[in-house]
Amino acid sequence: MNFNQLVEYINEQFRKEFVQTGEEVPADHISVAASDWKDFAEFLRNDEHLFFDAMMCITGVDFGEESDLGVIYNLHSMKHNHKLEVRITISRDKPVVPSVEKIWRIADWFERETYDMYGIEFEGHSDLRRILLPEDWEGFPLRKDYVFPTSYHGIDIPKMKEGWE
Amino acid sequence: MVDYFLNLFADVSWLAAMPAGAQFLLAALLAGLPLFLFVAVNAIIAVYAERKVSAFMQDRLGPMGQGVGLHAGKWGLLQTVADALKLILKQDIIPALADRKLFILAPFIIFIAPFVAIAAMPFNQHILVADFNIGVFFLLAVGSVGVIGIILAGYSSNNKWSLYGAMRSAAQIISYEIPAALSILTVIMLTGSLQMQEIIKAQSGTIWGILPNWFIFNNPFTLLAFFLFFIAGVAETNRTPFDLPEAESELVAGFHTEYSGMRWAFFFLSEYANVFIVSGITAIVFLGGWQSPIPGYMDGPFWGLVWFFSKVVFLILVMMWFRWTFPRLRTDQLMRMCWKFFLPASLVNILGVGLWDLLVN
Amino acid sequence: MTESLDLELGSVQTEEMVLNMGPQHPSTHGVLRLKVLTDGEIVTRITPYIGYLHRCFEKHCENVTYEQVLPYTDRCDYIAAMNNNFGYAVAVEKLMDIKVPEKVEHIRVIVAELNRIASHLLAVGTFGLDVGAFTPFLYCFRDRERILDLFEMLCGARLLYSYIWVGGLSHDLPVGWVEKAYEFLDYFEPQVEEYNNILTFNKIFIERTADVGVLPQEVAISYGVTGPNLRGSGVKWDLRKDDPYSIYDKFEFDIPIGTGVVGTVGDCWDRYYIRVREIEESVKIVRQALEQLPRDGDVHEAIPKKIRPPKGQLYNRTETPRGELGYYIISNGKPIADRLKMRSPAFTALSCIDEIARGWMISDVFAILGSLDIVLGEIDR
Repeated sequence: MNFNQLVEYINEQFRKEFVQTGEEVPADHISVAASDWKDFAEFLRNDEHLFFDAMMCITGVDFGEESDLGVIYNLHSMKHNHKLEVRITISRDKPVVPSVEKIWRIADWFERETYDMYGIEFEGHSDLRRILLPEDWEGFPLRKDYVFPTSYHGIDIPKMKEGWE
Repeated sequence: MVDYFLNLFADVSWLAAMPAGAQFLLAALLAGLPLFLFVAVNAIIAVYAERKVSAFMQDRLGPMGQGVGLHAGKWGLLQTVADALKLILKQDIIPALADRKLFILAPFIIFIAPFVAIAAMPFNQHILVADFNIGVFFLLAVGSVGVIGIILAGYSSNNKWSLYGAMRSAAQIISYEIPAALSILTVIMLTGSLQMQEIIKAQSGTIWGILPNWFIFNNPFTLLAFFLFFIAGVAETNRTPFDLPEAESELVAGFHTEYSGMRWAFFFLSEYANVFIVSGITAIVFLGGWQSPIPGYMDGPFWGLVWFFSKVVFLILVMMWFRWTFPRLRTDQLMRMCWKFFLPASLVNILGVGLWDLLVN
Repeated sequence: MTESLDLELGSVQTEEMVLNMGPQHPSTHGVLRLKVLTDGEIVTRITPYIGYLHRCFEKHCENVTYEQVLPYTDRCDYIAAMNNNFGYAVAVEKLMDIKVPEKVEHIRVIVAELNRIASHLLAVGTFGLDVGAFTPFLYCFRDRERILDLFEMLCGARLLYSYIWVGGLSHDLPVGWVEKAYEFLDYFEPQVEEYNNILTFNKIFIERTADVGVLPQEVAISYGVTGPNLRGSGVKWDLRKDDPYSIYDKFEFDIPIGTGVVGTVGDCWDRYYIRVREIEESVKIVRQALEQLPRDGDVHEAIPKKIRPPKGQLYNRTETPRGELGYYIISNGKPIADRLKMRSPAFTALSCIDEIARGWMISDVFAILGSLDIVLGEIDR
């Protein structure tokens, strides 16, 4: 199925008008509200005709210091060989997204990584701890408003070079 | 050799005046000193050989030196000397939480075992430190003392990897001792003696005038016993494919993970001494020891030395060949091999040799 | 005395032991720490701790220009740097809509496949090392050395090439390189037989790896395992064939999948053997690409003066020796990426270690870890 067929199928089978269609909506991804994500993910994984059995990537995004955070899921179906991008936007103050760890096992580590870098809480995750950074690290480094620490355990961190480009 | 020295002492007046106990001690010391030197030199040569053999097997040169200066000498001949120097000069570290006494004791026990064992090994018709009438039994018994040292080393290091190494080693060495001993039993059944020289002397002469009358050629069961004993012997020396106790890629270095410097060198020395002993016993019991391969020719004491060492070196090379070719077995596979194949095979072997002796001879 | 006689087996305290494997350990292929819960020699649970090699790749990418990101991609998967360059270049080119000359495409495929051979050689060799065979490792390194020599001729570097640039290559092929490459292929092809003789069909090796650490299809897919590990589980999935990028659709090659010749489909032996067979397939691809290589053309022709992709975002994936390498790039029209996420195949492969190694012995954990062929530089980024 190509993207349009996927959207059509989802709107038909999952929920009416679930995916916005139209000229102004870019035709490469589906935006989903965080509250719908879990049900939708289960549908995507288990539906016979969609069968997105593989999760390729979870990307955390920060849209700017004043703006929202986002999570991007890249799904793929080994059986039907089609792919889909799902985007979720959440507020910076309360970044909570339901976890899909039980649906795709790899989401476990990907979600931990996203939490590690962006501080996005994945609700229902069984073991949400930092994965790449040390456990006592403060702050979420990939957020745009991240302030670089000056020292770590008494070791001075040299000031970052400024003025690239 | 102890007797030889004692006889010598009797001729020297001031020595003869010493009490008998002191005389014996001195004689034992004089006989033992060459042994110690032998063990050390053996390790130095064996390590160099191992480096070169592995290098040739792996399509590389191994240690090489060129020109003058602080190099490893021509063809890297001084490499092991440099290694030994490094080991002597290296800092000796005892982990803070280790069991100090046992930690220090363990390398000595491990080293003593092969050292004592070599004493009972005849190099030719005359060179033999102690000719026990239970020589083979003594060798087997002393050989397994080393396992105590290994367990002590693993336990006292207070390191989980060492502990695993020690446990594996204990299980492995004790298991493989049984088929090894049973294999040698086949030969003892034929000779009726446990004395080393007797066993070698029983292998003189020829079979049908062509083959030397070595036990490996004596009958099909002793041939099988030869293979069983040699493989079990490799397993007892903890070398690949049976190097689980020190499995470098699994247990870091197994029971000697925490050792360094000279203490570690003792493990090293004893490993190569053990290799020598296993090859030596195999050569003595199955390959005729110092007997010439062409019976009746070249069998003086000098040639005896040559033949014995060439047989031993051949077997050592085979062990090196094993080491650089095979992957490592897993603990359970190792045990399965021992209890389900080696043990029944060696038992059947004993029966076979008995029947052969009864019916054919 | 009586006390010790009273001691019954039931009253003996037994407990599971926590074994810390790494970060310094000969067989963790880098600075990986595995907390292994063991019951005797049996492993009951494995918790991987990663991040010891974290170099803030993604944070760097948000602070340096697109050109400057390229050397960082080298350092992610340092065993197959060409393939990482390739994936990044393809992603940015897609974002900027650049068409690359034919000659560049061919050279890219040639070097990427040569690097795949080199990487698989390393995987095969170190796997042998993990199960205790030392010699195959050096055989593999001997042959890998020749590939590195070829790369050295190309760009002067032997490990971190930064050879494939966005829109082109750093250097054209030097004079005589093609002949050298043919020479290498002629030398190398019969060597695969040697590996099979010394390692693949060795009885002890089969004992150690067959039926060990079986990774079933569904589990593999659910864990996002890709590349040779997934194919070892019997899934015919290769991005070079199923989602072709560059000019891979022009070449003829097979995708070997695990069939359980000596054990179960998806065991360590299968994963290992897939790599040996992929080496053969890569040789085929290199041969074809060398034959079709256009002799003239400028490799710098399509390199943009300034990399400033238009506003947009995309997820692009390519097949590296370890599996699917994805780059998610968000551009907002500046010369610096707003967000660059790297999806590394080794990261996903490692995540399933607990699932497949549970219940096996300690020795098997190393065999399983070795068969997954992880590179910590890529996992930790």
